[in-house]
Amino acid sequence: MQDTPSNTPRERIAKLSRALDRIVDRRIKVMEVCGTHTVSIFRQGLRSLLPASLELVSGPGCPVCVTDQAEIDAAVSLARMEGITVATYGDMIKVPGSGTSLLEERSRGMDVRVVTSADQALSLARNCRDRTVVLIAVGFETTAPATASVILDARSEGLENFLVLDLHKSVPPALKTLASDPLVKLDAFLLPGHVSVITGLTPYRFLPEEHGIACAVAGFEAEEIMIGLLETARQVKTGRLAVASLYSRAVRPEGNPAARAVIEKVFTYADAPWRGLGIIPSSGYVIREEFAQFDALKRLDIPLSAVPPPEGCLCGEVLRGLIEPPSCPLFGCECTPNHPVGPCMVSTEGSCAAFLKFHQGGDNPWED
Amino acid sequence: MCLAIPHRIISFIGSNRAIALAGAVETEIRTDLVPDAAVDDVVIVHAGFAIEKLRQEDGAELEKIWKEVTELAGYPE
Ligand code: SF4
Repeated sequence: MQDTPSNTPRERIAKLSRALDRIVDRRIKVMEVCGTHTVSIFRQGLRSLLPASLELVSGPGCPVCVTDQAEIDAAVSLARMEGITVATYGDMIKVPGSGTSLLEERSRGMDVRVVTSADQALSLARNCRDRTVVLIAVGFETTAPATASVILDARSEGLENFLVLDLHKSVPPALKTLASDPLVKLDAFLLPGHVSVITGLTPYRFLPEEHGIACAVAGFEAEEIMIGLLETARQVKTGRLAVASLYSRAVRPEGNPAARAVIEKVFTYADAPWRGLGIIPSSGYVIREEFAQFDALKRLDIPLSAVPPPEGCLCGEVLRGLIEPPSCPLFGCECTPNHPVGPCMVSTEGSCAAFLKFHQGGDNPWED
Repeated sequence: MCLAIPHRIISFIGSNRAIALAGAVETEIRTDLVPDAAVDDVVIVHAGFAIEKLRQEDGAELEKIWKEVTELAGYPE
């Protein structure tokens, strides 16, 4: 689609919307599994441009949202320990644990620092040798290689006061769980753009091949998302299922081998708990025995036992695309971004937060 | 935390660190994961680490899908 004067973004989006209308000739359910897509879809008002028979649901695309209650509690209990400085990404700080959050611990005088990079956590450890700095390492394939890189640095520098609470998770096994869930019933996935930058396309091939689910990796602009949806609809209509990449300026079919090599060097796989999805086999990146000296769970005595989610919170159903956030009785009243009950209301990429911010009474930028 | 932002590399500090620009903001990033990154490359930065170089889109892929889809949808009207 060339950008000619008679073919403005608005016209092209309208054309894509009409094409979708024509192609979707039965009810289809598409799940997006990337926080950036979730935000972009809401911000750009794309849901209002979809045919009524195309149901677009948000899945477990936000790393903070899928972090299990027990994992949040472990982070909070670390902050209370003598001599520990907790380094966390900003989104994690407000997530309520069973008792308090990291933010509340900080206001009680505990040493909790917000970092934007694993590298900053490592610098903290270099600069405060009298304290032990623990990085709360959440995230998927996009952040796992950064954590792995700083663990390698810490080892080569002989830094003994740097630890990692490793909560990293792998996306493809979660998609397998969703694809096999008889309640979820998906026709297609809009695959995550940046996770796919690392993984490449091969780890998703089982979705069309074994589960009959259409797949497309898409970029983040309105047009790119619409084209991604169109591609999934096309696959469903023709029955020619595949893992299509429409984001080749960033995603190579083989992914990023350097990033995967560093992940493989430092981590191995283990079963891991996901909020709302339960224990998913081989979905956790755990620190290899060889690097156990940096593993906060091994070095410090922190409990990691199953805890029930906050009462009344339906994050689990939201993350499986079974309900939309407003169907949660706490949505927008007891649970708001300033007073979140569940993690889906904390991160800007969380479905509940995105829904609250953009969906209710929001303008549609594509209408005159 | 999952938001990734394109940055242009301005200069390197050692072998795996660079100063990069996004809009008007200069940041220090790590480039370990994109070993062939060079000055002037646009990289996607995620939590302080470049994770891939952004390449020029030739548009052929989108054109192909668009063509197939328009045929399926019965365009041109
Ligand atoms: S609105 Fe709040 S309580 Fe309800 S599902 Fe979302 S995060 Fe959980």
